[in-house]
Amino acid sequence: MASSTLVSASTEPRPARRSGLWRELRRRPAFAVSSVLALLVCAMAAVPQAFAGWFGGGDPRRCDLANSGLPPAQGHPFGFDIQGCDLYSNVVYGARSSVLIAVLATAGMLLVAVVLGSLAGYFRGWVDTLISRIMDVFFGFPALVGMIVILQTLNVHNELTVSTVLILFGWPALARVMRGSVLATAGSEYIAAARGVGASTPRILLRHVLPNSLGPVAVLTGLSVGGVIASESALTFLGVGLRTPAISWGVQLNTAQQYFTSAPHLLIFPSIFLTVTVLSFVLLGDALRDAFDPRLR
Amino acid sequence: MGRYVLRRLLVAVPVLLGTTFIIYMAVYALPGDPIQALAGPNRVLSPSVEQALREQYHLDEPLLVRYGLYLAGLLTGDLGTSLTGRPVSEIIGASWPITVQLGVTAWLFMAVMGVLLGAAAGLRRGGPADVAVLGGTTLIMGVPFFVVAYVAQIVLGVNLGWLPVSGTEAGWPLAYVLPGLVLALYGLPQVARLTRTSVLDNLAADHVGTATAKGLPRRAVVIRHVLRNSLIPVVSLLGVSLGYLLSGTVLIEGIFNLPGLGYQIFTAIPQHDGPVVVGVGTLLVLVFLLVNLMVDLLYGILDPRIRLD
Repeated sequence: MASSTLVSASTEPRPARRSGLWRELRRRPAFAVSSVLALLVCAMAAVPQAFAGWFGGGDPRRCDLANSGLPPAQGHPFGFDIQGCDLYSNVVYGARSSVLIAVLATAGMLLVAVVLGSLAGYFRGWVDTLISRIMDVFFGFPALVGMIVILQTLNVHNELTVSTVLILFGWPALARVMRGSVLATAGSEYIAAARGVGASTPRILLRHVLPNSLGPVAVLTGLSVGGVIASESALTFLGVGLRTPAISWGVQLNTAQQYFTSAPHLLIFPSIFLTVTVLSFVLLGDALRDAFDPRLR
Repeated sequence: MGRYVLRRLLVAVPVLLGTTFIIYMAVYALPGDPIQALAGPNRVLSPSVEQALREQYHLDEPLLVRYGLYLAGLLTGDLGTSLTGRPVSEIIGASWPITVQLGVTAWLFMAVMGVLLGAAAGLRRGGPADVAVLGGTTLIMGVPFFVVAYVAQIVLGVNLGWLPVSGTEAGWPLAYVLPGLVLALYGLPQVARLTRTSVLDNLAADHVGTATAKGLPRRAVVIRHVLRNSLIPVVSLLGVSLGYLLSGTVLIEGIFNLPGLGYQIFTAIPQHDGPVVVGVGTLLVLVFLLVNLMVDLLYGILDPRIRLD
C-alpha cells in the first residue's frame, strides 16, 4: 500500500503508522458511508443485471413507445423514459460507463503522470525542461474549452475516446506533484548510497525512488476520481461525450432537459444517482487524504 | 520585479504557441468540408466559386503553412474572417462584454459569499454555522453544476418567476444573477474552506493571543488581527479561480443562452467555422495566462515575504 511511501517524510516507524491509519479510517463515519456507496456503485457497474431485475423490468433495451415519458408506476418505480423504456434499469445500467471511464481515465492519468513526472524529477536537465513546458501548455488551457474542442473533432464517441481526452487534460496536475516528490526523494542520502554501491539507474528508479515518492500522487489521484465522473457527465450532457445509443447518466440528462416540465422524473433520478456517486467518491478521497497525509489538506 | 515579469512573459510565449497549435490542429482536422458546410448540405457550388473560396480561406495550403499564416495574422492583430464573412475580431468584440459581465458577477458572488461563510465557520469552530458550511460545501462539490443550473432555472426562474431564465434582454445585473450564482457555486467550496482554515490558523497565532491578552475587544481582534491576515491566501485563490470561472462560462453560457465567447465556440464547432473556434479559443487561453500572471504578481505585493526574483 501507499502508506509505506510516507515514511520518507516522517520519522515514525512503519508498523505504527499503518495500524494507526486503519484505526483513523475506521473512526470516520464519512469513510464508512462513502466506501459502502462507492462499492455499491462499482457492483452496479460490474453486474447491472443483478440490480436491474429488482422491480420486474430488468432489460434497459426493452421499450414500449406507448409508455413514453410516463411517471412512476407499479413495477416501474422511476417511471419510463421518452422511448418508453424502464427508467430504473436504464439508470442502473448507466453506472457502467461512469465507472468504466472513471477507472480508465484515472489509471491512464496516473500512469502518464508517474512516468513523465519521475523522468522529469529524476533526470532534470533538458528532459525536465521539455516535460515541464508540455505541462505548461496544458495548464494554459481552460480545461473544459480544450476538451470540448478536441472531442468535437473526433468521429468516435465511446468510453475510450472520452477517457483519452480526460487523461490528456488531467495528467499535468498529477505529474507536477509527482515531479516535486521525485525531486525531493532523489536528493535523499539512501539514493546516493544506492548509486554509490553501483545500482543501475532503472533499479534505483523502480526500487528506491518510485515507491518512496508515490504517496502524494496516489492521494491526489484518489481525490480526482469524483471529479472525473462529474467531468464525463458534463461533457456527455453538453453533447460532446458519449452519445445515444450508449446508456449513461449524462446521455439521460441530456435528453431529459427538453422534457423537464412534462416529465421531471427523467431529470431527477439520473441526477440523484450521479450526485450520490460523485459525492461518495469525493468523500472517500477526502477521508483517504486526511488519513494518509493531513498536510495535504 | 521587472525581470521576473519579463521572464514570465517569455515563458508564456511557447505556451501560447503550443495551445494555439493544439486548437488549430484539432479544429482543422475536423471531418467534413468547411466550404460545403458554408454552402449548405444540398447546394452544388460552381468550381470557380469553390476555388476562389478555398483560396480566400487558404484551404488549399498545407496545414503547417496555414498555421504560419494564422500566426502572422495574429501578430498584426488580424484574427481572420469567419466562414460567414464576419471578421472574427468583430464577433469577439460583440460577445466579450457578456462573458466579462457574467464572470465578474459570478466572481463577486463567489468572493463575498465564500469569505463570509468561511469566516463565520472558522470563528465558531464546531458550531452550527461551521457544520452547515462544511456539509454544504461538500454537497456543492458533489452535485454536478449543470444539474444545479437546471434546478435553479426551473425553481427560481420558471416556478417562482423571480429572475429571468435565459437570454440577456434584462441587462446587467438582473439577467446575470441566476447564471452568475450557479457559476459562483463552482468555486465557492474552495474559497469558503480556505477562508475557514486560514481563520482557524490565525486565531491560534501568537499575535492574536497578545492582542486578546492586552484587553482588546474581541470585535477589534477579529477584524484587525484575524480577518486581515486570513485574507492573504484567499486573495490568491480568488485570483486563480478567475481563470477557472472563465472555463465555466462556456458551460453556463450554453445553458443560459448568453451569447458570450463560450457560446460562440459552441455554435461555431458544428458549422466547421474554424477561424471562430481558433480565434475565440486563443483569446480565452491568452486571458487565462494573463490572469494567472497577474495573480502571481499580486501575491508578491500582498505578502512581502514572497520574493519573486
